Amino acid sequence: MAEIVSLAEAVERAIHDGDAVAMEGFTHLIPFAAGHEVIRQRRRDLTLIRMTPDLIYDQLIGAGCASKLIFSWGGNPGVGSLHRFRDAVEHSWPVPLEIEEHSHAGMANRYVAGASGLPFAVLRGYNGTGLETLNDGHGSVPTTEAPTIKPITCPFTGETLTAVSAIRPDVAVIHAQRADRSGNVQLWGITGVQKEAVLASARSVVTVEEIVDELDPRPGAVVLPGWTVSFVARAPGGAHPSYALGYSARDNDYYVAWDAIARERGTFTRWLEDNVYGVPAGQL
Amino acid sequence: MTSQVSVYDTAAAYTADEMMTVSAARALRDGMTCFVGIGLPSSAANLARATHAPSLVLIYESGTIGAKPAQLPLSIGDGMLAETADAVVSVPEIFNYWLQPGRIDVGFLGAAQIDKFGNINTTVIGGDYRNPKVRLPGAGGAPEIAASCREVIVVVRQSHRSFVERVDFVTSVGYGSGPGDRERLGLTGAGPKKIITDLGVLEPDPETFEFTLTGLYPGASVSAAKERTGWDLAIAADPEIIAAPTPAELDALRSYKHGPASGGRARSHH
Repeated sequence: MAEIVSLAEAVERAIHDGDAVAMEGFTHLIPFAAGHEVIRQRRRDLTLIRMTPDLIYDQLIGAGCASKLIFSWGGNPGVGSLHRFRDAVEHSWPVPLEIEEHSHAGMANRYVAGASGLPFAVLRGYNGTGLETLNDGHGSVPTTEAPTIKPITCPFTGETLTAVSAIRPDVAVIHAQRADRSGNVQLWGITGVQKEAVLASARSVVTVEEIVDELDPRPGAVVLPGWTVSFVARAPGGAHPSYALGYSARDNDYYVAWDAIARERGTFTRWLEDNVYGVPAGQL
Repeated sequence: MTSQVSVYDTAAAYTADEMMTVSAARALRDGMTCFVGIGLPSSAANLARATHAPSLVLIYESGTIGAKPAQLPLSIGDGMLAETADAVVSVPEIFNYWLQPGRIDVGFLGAAQIDKFGNINTTVIGGDYRNPKVRLPGAGGAPEIAASCREVIVVVRQSHRSFVERVDFVTSVGYGSGPGDRERLGLTGAGPKKIITDLGVLEPDPETFEFTLTGLYPGASVSAAKERTGWDLAIAADPEIIAAPTPAELDALRSYKHGPASGGRARSHH
């Protein structure tokens, strides 16, 4: 059963140096407050997993928390580059960053396999792409020690399809609209790959806009029963500058402004001091 | 951008980007289902829905099916896409149930680099994979959109650097190395049918599948198109002159782009 604790305690107990951590939320419900707490607690050597690294991983990478990134689209949506991500890949600043990249469909199916307790998932994908060569374990520039993409023959039709290996993170971190006092979690709107990420992971942290007595039904809502979640922490506004449908709007101006903040190491470091290290947990 | 407007009549009341977006919008028919990439493709698809194709079904990889945004979204996951959609599904579902089986008529993609067989690169440019000259965002949904939509339309500004003989990295497959490659690779969709640029339209040669200039905008020249192409661009026997944007098309495009999601300063921080 989920324990309802402070965000600082949830991060302290769930996330350790060297862990593989998936902070998911597809544009919507990105767990920024939890990401900032991980930076504040100065976690190191994390393998960060996320389909769209977005600003949240630009911040964690720039703060030196990660040694590896597994992802499928690393840009600032509608704006341009993630400069901290690029600086880490291109110049190893502040620390070297190993990368493993996939397509969205490949990543989504890897989470499905993890959530399903299967070693791999099957899809039609990757054929003829450079991504297949990068990840099949014997390409000219393999990015990982173990292959994550292999051809597989359908036992019924003989067709050749693509197998992708399961993702099984140590910890999933997501933001949701609400939880009840038993730790049952409810999220709605664009729900992305969060259910799969939580069910694929050994532990999980869920931050929520509010904790309520009763979760009345919402159209299209995903409910994660409390016994599938390790920790729930209240973090109102914890998805900003992304958003929580019904609670806040996406702060598109912030995404545009991030470009200038992240472009130079100096402005980024000042931003980190003023907006993360200088802010106690729960006061974002 | 190098003086985009200079290839046009100086009296032109629209930009090269506007002409490109209008041209791309016209390629979409009413009632089609369209898997939309962000950026130029999203502008064009939304313009089509606002003008001649009100029943166009916009599908974004965030899982929003039948989104009807009133203004141009900045990202593929803006709240208004979910709030106006016919259905919102998870990310595994949008790729596995909706894209993969070939239900979607047209995939609308952008590109950082594209080659004469319509292969797209959005991963790395120059150097090698580990030490690229430019690190781009990567694949996103594009590889499977390019593989599985019934057909693909690419919207991209034309330049000598972006239109290359062979892409530096194949992120999304067009026709591979030529005829027969899509079948050999088991790609179920028909592949890219048009590349719509800021100079005109390219379509694959029916025999060689090499992209050929088949249409030009008013004021754009064959020589400019050749100059801004990194391979020896073939020209159709009689390239169509594509009609300039109508006032209605321009009005619709401008009112969309100048809305609250265009990156302007006029919005509140909720």
